[in-house]
Amino acid sequence: MKLETKIYQKENNFHIGKMLKESLADIAKSRFLSFQLAKRDIQAQYRQSYLGIIWAFVTPLATAFVWIFLNNSGTVRVTDTGIPYPVYAFSGTLLWSIMTEAINSPMSSTNSAKGILSKINFPKEALVISGIYKLLFNSSIKIILLLFFIFFFGVGFHWSLLLFPVAILGGILFGTTIGLFITPLGMLYKDIGRMISFGLGFLMYVTPVVYAIPKTGIMKTVMELNPFTPIILTARDLAVGMTPIYGTYFLIVIVCCIPLLFIALLFYRISIPILVERMSA
Amino acid sequence: MNEVLVSVENLSKKFCKDLKTSLWYGVKDLASGLSGNRNERELRPQEFWAVKDISFELRRGECLGLIGHNGAGKSTLLKILNGLINPDAGKVTIKGRVGALIELGAGFNPILSGRENIYNNGAILGFTRKEIDQKVEEIIDFAEIREFIDMPVQNYSSGMKVRLGFAVAAQMEPDVLIIDEVLAVGDLGFVLKCFKQIDTILPKTAIVFVSHSMPMVSRICNQIILMDRGESVFQGEEVGKAIDQYYNRFASNERNILFDDGRISLESISIKDADYTEKNFPKLNWGNDLNLIFKFSIKKNLDFIPFFKIILVDKEQRPVALFEENNIDSNLKIEKNTLEFTVSHKNFQLSKGVYSLDILVAEGPIRAPILRMNGILNFQMLHEKEVWPSFLLASNFSSNDYIMIDIIKYNFNKK
Repeated sequence: MKLETKIYQKENNFHIGKMLKESLADIAKSRFLSFQLAKRDIQAQYRQSYLGIIWAFVTPLATAFVWIFLNNSGTVRVTDTGIPYPVYAFSGTLLWSIMTEAINSPMSSTNSAKGILSKINFPKEALVISGIYKLLFNSSIKIILLLFFIFFFGVGFHWSLLLFPVAILGGILFGTTIGLFITPLGMLYKDIGRMISFGLGFLMYVTPVVYAIPKTGIMKTVMELNPFTPIILTARDLAVGMTPIYGTYFLIVIVCCIPLLFIALLFYRISIPILVERMSA
Repeated sequence: MNEVLVSVENLSKKFCKDLKTSLWYGVKDLASGLSGNRNERELRPQEFWAVKDISFELRRGECLGLIGHNGAGKSTLLKILNGLINPDAGKVTIKGRVGALIELGAGFNPILSGRENIYNNGAILGFTRKEIDQKVEEIIDFAEIREFIDMPVQNYSSGMKVRLGFAVAAQMEPDVLIIDEVLAVGDLGFVLKCFKQIDTILPKTAIVFVSHSMPMVSRICNQIILMDRGESVFQGEEVGKAIDQYYNRFASNERNILFDDGRISLESISIKDADYTEKNFPKLNWGNDLNLIFKFSIKKNLDFIPFFKIILVDKEQRPVALFEENNIDSNLKIEKNTLEFTVSHKNFQLSKGVYSLDILVAEGPIRAPILRMNGILNFQMLHEKEVWPSFLLASNFSSNDYIMIDIIKYNFNKK
């Protein structure tokens, strides 16, 4: 039997192709590990709580209710959205919460595995994948709630709804890519994590989450450039059966994300030993 | 079967003392890591070598012991061997599946039950679901916690967690096994069980073993590296020698008075005919007679001869022998407030190494202490053989023929 040989030395064998192959092979090899890690976290999360799943959508629901209230009471007047405002606001906050979760997921998965990272050698990619599993689990619950809203407010079924999960996957892909790039630095400095949650709070208001893109003005330009915009809008349009206006931009973003995701995976792979060293030093 | 499984060449690793600087270096390393970073690594400000220039080779069936005081770089070396961090210089080549007993029970979630956590831990150690399904009953039996297996792990004692963790890890069939100080938590029965398990896999495996327990090291290792400040200060197959050096680093010549009611004090102690070239550290040849010359001074109110208990202690502070105490026939006398006597032992067969003496001076039938002192004398036994047990007993092997004749004679006479 031929034994697998591992060599550790200071030089990273930096052949992008070879490393990417190893990285993907590790992902394939660690399917069970990533699944098990996700299962563990989800089980543990719900075993110690009575309200359980409710917490997954209570934040987007609350934000949506605030905006619905502001709008109905006339405190804030938003432009016509084309669909019942509660559906608009709720779908927006919900999609937004999926995006932010996707961005934070790689960092939080890696952070919570700090203890074992410095003790045991296992395919680190499994942490990222388990994060995605958890995201999919949480998102699917949110989507069920959204479907309820859509039918409750009489928007009804459209065939494009079947494409909605694809848009969600696109959003998760986009978020994970950003998250992966941030993770190495974020593991070193706590500032990064704070900056992200702070920045995302602002970013929400230049994205059509609770109100539509204005017809004119600087806000229109900013919102149209913002890469979050096509994802939120396309997903929402598909859900409620409108023609996705930003469909092309959406596709561009997604297509750009695929190579970037691979680069981010490599960056993650290279940086883990450096991070482990600093964490346990 | 005897190929080299682990080969380490001039391995070095540096660490940083200051957190903020360390993090900033981390950012720089991230940037340079992307470009491969083939440059020679120099020490930057605030950095030091945690591991410096370590080389060794390990074959199947061999066990390398890594010893050294805390912070000598042992665990860092293990982390490099395990591929958790990259070296700054040198090269590690490892063949085969690597198993690490560095942390037992990794990935346990305290809320979940023992059974669920077997799956979590197993997954991290690289088992597939099928493998765990097959082995789960065996694991539970090995850990001996069947009764509590469906209880949340947070209610387990630390010993039970370690049991469960080891039971899962014991299912690995590694070619190279890395063991850090993990077995210390379990009770004796379990530690023995662990070592039995390690013994069974040892012939098929190359083991790197880090421990502060020298009996364990001497029991399973056939090669040893003594580390100090990241460097190897002793390396080779003479395990006993390295252990001696390890102990000498902690050797203190301090006398320690544990109890003293002020009536008697020790003036001097020496070994007759010992080699005193090194002051305060006599050397004695194996098999010679031991004559300990004591001189006590009597301070006040001591008008009887107390009992003297002399205890021989080895380098691990384990008592290994007790000299018979004095009795009326000893005929000791106090003259001018001093008490002098010699304690003799014929043909002293203590094995090679460093030992020390403790003393208890006591009175009355219950031996109430008057004076208790540790480390009153350190000495070294000399012999060409390096052995682990405390005594090397002179022996004579002979064929049984003569004895047989005796037995026949005896039986004959009885008839």
